[in-house]
Amino acid sequence: MSPTTKPPVKTGWSMGIVTPRIGLNIAAIATLAIVPAYAALTGNAFALTLFTRVVILALAALSLNLIMGFGGMVSFGHAAYLGIGGYAVGILAKEGVNSGFVQWPIAIGAAALYALVVGALSLRTRGVYFIMITLAFAQMIYYVAIGLDRYGGDDGLTIYHRSAFGLIDLSNRTIFYYLCFGLLLVGIYLVWRIVNSRFGMVIQGARSNERRMRAIGFPTFRYRLVCFVIAGAMCGLAGALLANHTDFISPAMMHWTRSGDLIVMVVLGGMQALFGPLIGALTFLVLEEGLSRLTEYSNLILGPLLLIVAISIHGGIDGLIAGRRSG
Amino acid sequence: MAEVLLEIEGLTKRFGGVVAADEISLMLPAGELHAIIGPNGAGKSTLIGQLTGEVTPDSGRVRFDGQEITNLPVYRRSQLGLARSFQVTTLFPDFTALDNVALSVQAHSGHSFRFWTDARSEIALREPARTALARVSLAERAATLVADLSHGERRQLEIAMALAGRPRMLLLDEPMAGMGQEESIRLMGLLRALKGAITVMLIEHDIDAVFALADRISVLVYGRIIATGDPAAIRSDLAVREAYLGEGAADG
Amino acid sequence: MLYFFEQFLNGIQLGMLLFLLAAGLTLIFGIMDLVNLAHGSLYMLGAYFAATFADWTDSFLLGALLALAATAVTGMLLEVIAVRRLYGRSHLDHVLGTFGLLLFFNELVRLIWGPAGMTLSLPSEMLNAVEVLPGLFYPLYRLVIIGVTLVVAVLMYLLIMRTRLGMLIRAGASNREMVGALGVNIKLLYTMIFGLGAALAGFAGLMQAPILTVQIGMGENILIAAFVVVTIGGIGSIRGAFMASVLVGLADTVGRAFMPDLLHAFLSESASSSLGRALSSMMIYLVMALVLIARPEGLFPAAGK
Repeated sequence: MSPTTKPPVKTGWSMGIVTPRIGLNIAAIATLAIVPAYAALTGNAFALTLFTRVVILALAALSLNLIMGFGGMVSFGHAAYLGIGGYAVGILAKEGVNSGFVQWPIAIGAAALYALVVGALSLRTRGVYFIMITLAFAQMIYYVAIGLDRYGGDDGLTIYHRSAFGLIDLSNRTIFYYLCFGLLLVGIYLVWRIVNSRFGMVIQGARSNERRMRAIGFPTFRYRLVCFVIAGAMCGLAGALLANHTDFISPAMMHWTRSGDLIVMVVLGGMQALFGPLIGALTFLVLEEGLSRLTEYSNLILGPLLLIVAISIHGGIDGLIAGRRSG
Repeated sequence: MAEVLLEIEGLTKRFGGVVAADEISLMLPAGELHAIIGPNGAGKSTLIGQLTGEVTPDSGRVRFDGQEITNLPVYRRSQLGLARSFQVTTLFPDFTALDNVALSVQAHSGHSFRFWTDARSEIALREPARTALARVSLAERAATLVADLSHGERRQLEIAMALAGRPRMLLLDEPMAGMGQEESIRLMGLLRALKGAITVMLIEHDIDAVFALADRISVLVYGRIIATGDPAAIRSDLAVREAYLGEGAADG
Repeated sequence: MLYFFEQFLNGIQLGMLLFLLAAGLTLIFGIMDLVNLAHGSLYMLGAYFAATFADWTDSFLLGALLALAATAVTGMLLEVIAVRRLYGRSHLDHVLGTFGLLLFFNELVRLIWGPAGMTLSLPSEMLNAVEVLPGLFYPLYRLVIIGVTLVVAVLMYLLIMRTRLGMLIRAGASNREMVGALGVNIKLLYTMIFGLGAALAGFAGLMQAPILTVQIGMGENILIAAFVVVTIGGIGSIRGAFMASVLVGLADTVGRAFMPDLLHAFLSESASSSLGRALSSMMIYLVMALVLIARPEGLFPAAGK
């Protein structure tokens, strides 16, 4: 990059300058990196469980941020892909297929396929209609899952063997944690590359001003659809991880309030901020956990807190840290 | 070089009871700078809409470079070489001026299913973008966010965006609106330089600029073209004078 | 045949409840441009208030009236204290903020009334069955629901078409800025509209309470259906909300009743039963998807949209 080109505030990748934003991101990564050690030292196994969940949902939120934050496509049905990925693993496990090499690609593929269908139909709509129609498609899958008597229906299905990957033993919680954490870091890196590539420019431009994008010659629909599918696939992987983590699948994985949680994580962390989903998932889940220890009625605090965030904070936590001007 | 680049044949569009376009027919030879003038509400935006593809005509045809484009989607026409600028500035506010123009270059550089390389580091995109910015005298503002540009600078950027894709024809929708004296003169100089190389359809209210630049002028009133001809002919055309002076139609 | 007609009436009744919710939603959305996920919470409060007041006063009618008032007041307070700060922001901010309110209210209800839910009993006359068709007996109360809601629909029509407030509502639905320019006290207008929406939602909640449910989270499922109705009917359009409510109510009820039988022609008993259940749950979303693809602004969009 030539010295006179200043990157837009959003990406903030000015190497060598440790801004508060970069500081926060590094702190978050560092914290997550030492969780297993902390858990082992203090004998607090629950911490490991909680943070595994944080990391997995951060991956799901990351995929949502790709389409929502960078792409401007507010999907209220993203939990569907978590569910599809999870159910792929659960169903295959029940049918005796325990190999992760089979389960996980299918989980990713099935989620990508559903994203293709949903995207192809929904991306022709805008604004609140898009929100509603993505919600509807998630509800459809939710009800399909409830109707799957063979796989637990409403009660859900226990998974007795985690995905088998030869020598890697996923039932070892520390190994599993680092696998999830590693995948999250890979995911963040991939999103970074995608967002700054030609493809990413089209996606961001379409968010910013779709009319102009078409006027200068971009067939925006196909690019947004591909983005939607990529996000669905990534979330499907998160779903496979989640199923392994909880050793359980149920329709609740794709209840619309789960989609709401994902949206909260993305907005809280800061849309268009690369590490936003991670910060958001960390904050939201730790907050949720902390509040539930404080009081049996944690949502009495969490609810209004979300409202306050919606009213006052522009750009989520990332915006707060980076001191971004309102917009 | 008299081959016809843009051929408009009987374009008609009705909105409810209002006839916004009434059998508009026009032929633009390649390289011509053709101005469209007329009172407000005459149907200029509808005409542009039908040419760019944002409005579907009720009847009539549009041919570009011999190819029928009447029902082609907006992006396709741009890819074929028909670029436009907007009357109301419509840019990408959170990107820099250079990013904006680079996007325009990118649209005309093959497909964009490239997921890895940093687009901001691609010389193939950045250099033509810088050139386009220099052409509209915005080179020093390349790294400025659009939100921080002045109104006049944004109007210039509008033109640069249209030019960056190396179009065969430019549709300029009131490019001088809101421009200061100096900027207008600069734009006129640019348009003069483009004449012959690019075909231009210029929609403008600034009559002096129109008469100074245009090879031919068409007058649009209530959706109909009431006169077409070179500037001298238009100036003396009775019907034109009536349309502008007679009914006080200057404010449609 | 009689069974079909019974399901038809059930569908109409469901449609009426949906209309009460959707009317409020579409007004609030059309005029204040607010996506309100907490609308179902007002529905829930209506039911809880009614159960509580009916218990205190030993009268269903009195309890219902008090609950209606209480819900309207709650709605207006909510608007003044919290909701109005969301106006003008992105729909995403609305989703986030009202989602927080939804969580808050579910928790609040659990705190005040406990997790178990409540019951609301009807005066005994209401439980009688009326012979609507030779051989078909239908509960009087359900007919009352249909009837009362139709009256409400007519009143709303008169309100919107014949009163000054209604004129402002219609103007606001198609051109928000203009209404402000007319010098109307916008803040008061918005509060009143929100209160009206809350009252309608609470009314739906208390009416269904005796026959369906009074429990935490009851607002969520029907809220989604109400959003589907608003989307199909067209945002800002009461008429659209009415038509779409009937359509959705029928589609859902009749679909649920007959889908398994329909499938049984092709599939086994158990397959058609579970597939039937799944498909009929999806029914209303399929309808919405089709409508959105064919007519993105809805079937009866408000003028000017």
